[in-house]
Amino acid sequence: MATLTEAPPPLAPTAPQAEPPRRRGRWTPYWLLLPGMLWLLVFFALPMIYQASTSVQTGSLEEGYKVTWHFATYWDALADYWPQFLRSVLYAAAATVLCLVLGYPLAYLIAFRAGRWRNLIMVLVIAPFFTSFLIRTLAWKTILSDGGPVVGALNTLHVLDVTSWLGWTAGDRVLATPLAVVCGLTYNFLPFMILPLYTSLERIDGRLHEAAGDLYARPVTTFRKVTFPLSMPGVVSGTLLTFIPASGDYVNAELLGSTDTRMIGNVIQTQFLRVLDYPTAAALSFILMAAILFMVTFYIRRSGTEDLV
Amino acid sequence: MPLVNWFKRKFVVIAGLLTLAFLLLPNVVVTVFSFNKPKGRFNYAWQQFSTDAWKDPCGVSGLCGSLSLSLQIAFWATLGATALGTMIAFALVRYRFRARGAVSSLIFLPMAMPEVVMAASLLTLFLNMGAQLGFWTILIAHIMFCLSFVVTAVKARVMSMDPRLEQAAQDLYAGPLQTFLRVTLPIAAPGIAAGALLAFALSFDDFIITNFNAGSTVTFPMFVWGSAQRGTPVQINVIGTAMFLVAVLIVLTSMVINNRRNKQKA
Repeated sequence: MATLTEAPPPLAPTAPQAEPPRRRGRWTPYWLLLPGMLWLLVFFALPMIYQASTSVQTGSLEEGYKVTWHFATYWDALADYWPQFLRSVLYAAAATVLCLVLGYPLAYLIAFRAGRWRNLIMVLVIAPFFTSFLIRTLAWKTILSDGGPVVGALNTLHVLDVTSWLGWTAGDRVLATPLAVVCGLTYNFLPFMILPLYTSLERIDGRLHEAAGDLYARPVTTFRKVTFPLSMPGVVSGTLLTFIPASGDYVNAELLGSTDTRMIGNVIQTQFLRVLDYPTAAALSFILMAAILFMVTFYIRRSGTEDLV
Repeated sequence: MPLVNWFKRKFVVIAGLLTLAFLLLPNVVVTVFSFNKPKGRFNYAWQQFSTDAWKDPCGVSGLCGSLSLSLQIAFWATLGATALGTMIAFALVRYRFRARGAVSSLIFLPMAMPEVVMAASLLTLFLNMGAQLGFWTILIAHIMFCLSFVVTAVKARVMSMDPRLEQAAQDLYAGPLQTFLRVTLPIAAPGIAAGALLAFALSFDDFIITNFNAGSTVTFPMFVWGSAQRGTPVQINVIGTAMFLVAVLIVLTSMVINNRRNKQKA
């Protein structure tokens, strides 16, 4: 029991928790890490290598595939499916922006204005998760159904004329259009925006608002100069947590969209599970992964929040 | 203009509550339509009130089987991911070791990867190994993607723990095992519980990764997906509503109990 000697001298200027203390048993951390890390290596990292190898194979299902370093698969895949790639990025970006615009007021409300209702609203934000997201996505089929109250109201207000002209909807319909898919994506990933936003807003010292007000800042200025900049970590992680899953999603495009709204996830799913063209599917999935990793790295660098990760 | 001023003051509250309504609207629809008696195979348009589906929730072939399969997979995946994830979290917070950066990024990457990419690459691995797709491949996949979330949840809790408590236990002649079981584990328990809950929810509701790696095995989300193509029975809404009610009830009860306890302390 030599632990007493390990206690830092009381006047030592070093921060006590900066670095984990060295313990007895040099091998303990490795034993603790081993099973979990093996799992991730075999079932997460190794599959990536298999996928990369599959993407440069040629052959057929009957004769089997061989690695032939056939990189043309990538060009063919991009040439055939660039509209779906573009669509995925656009839909995911639109949904992310919508999530930020819709989610910010709610996160702000919970953090600063909810008072004793805070816990209840928090529960209500998380509660939808308890019903399978596929069932909830199907509910949007009812909400946006042709001739339903929502579509009727949008029609009366001539909103649909504008959105049709923009190509977001088609005639009197919302279902099976880009608008429906973006709506579904926004709905599905909204909590992933609200929770990180709330976490970073909650950390802001309320006295900063008072100070800004004392210095004659109007509420809008206070928000622009104080609150929003301080909530940037939440904005960054919220947008990532929304954009990444949305860009690879195929559920919303399949259930709420049409053949004209297919995203890259739909293509990968069809190629893998129905067409069984493994090299093309692997190449598409690899391109998606590379694009996401590139964007995420660039975005985190730009927004100066490397410590987030 | 008092009305405009009122609106200005309450803008955030109004906008926030509208967003909340947007979030909850589908749940309301799911609940209402669990009392529907649809004409035809799809339950998308309101016809008439009926409690038939509530009286016979398992009346559709395969539905309750898929539900019980999903619960089983979620249970084992939670157990596996929580055990492995807790060990990793402790190693990360409490020990110094080589390759810490590599370990951290291997844990971060699964959370930063679109699900479809993980799903597709895992399927290439299983196909290459000639693995039989089914219960075990689903379980393997679920433990894999739940692991990182458990690590994050447990790590947050262990990091906020005062290491001196353990030193104190050892000074009082507790052995390493005793210290761990009677001091460390009870303090870390809320974090481990949060991680386990998250893993359960993620596994139970997972569709994309399961869709790729299930073969012909049907979990509950797979059943819902299939029914979206063939016809949606009202029973799906019944089960969705029941799950929602049970979960909200549990959360509210625990909140009330917590409140009481806090009041007693104060």
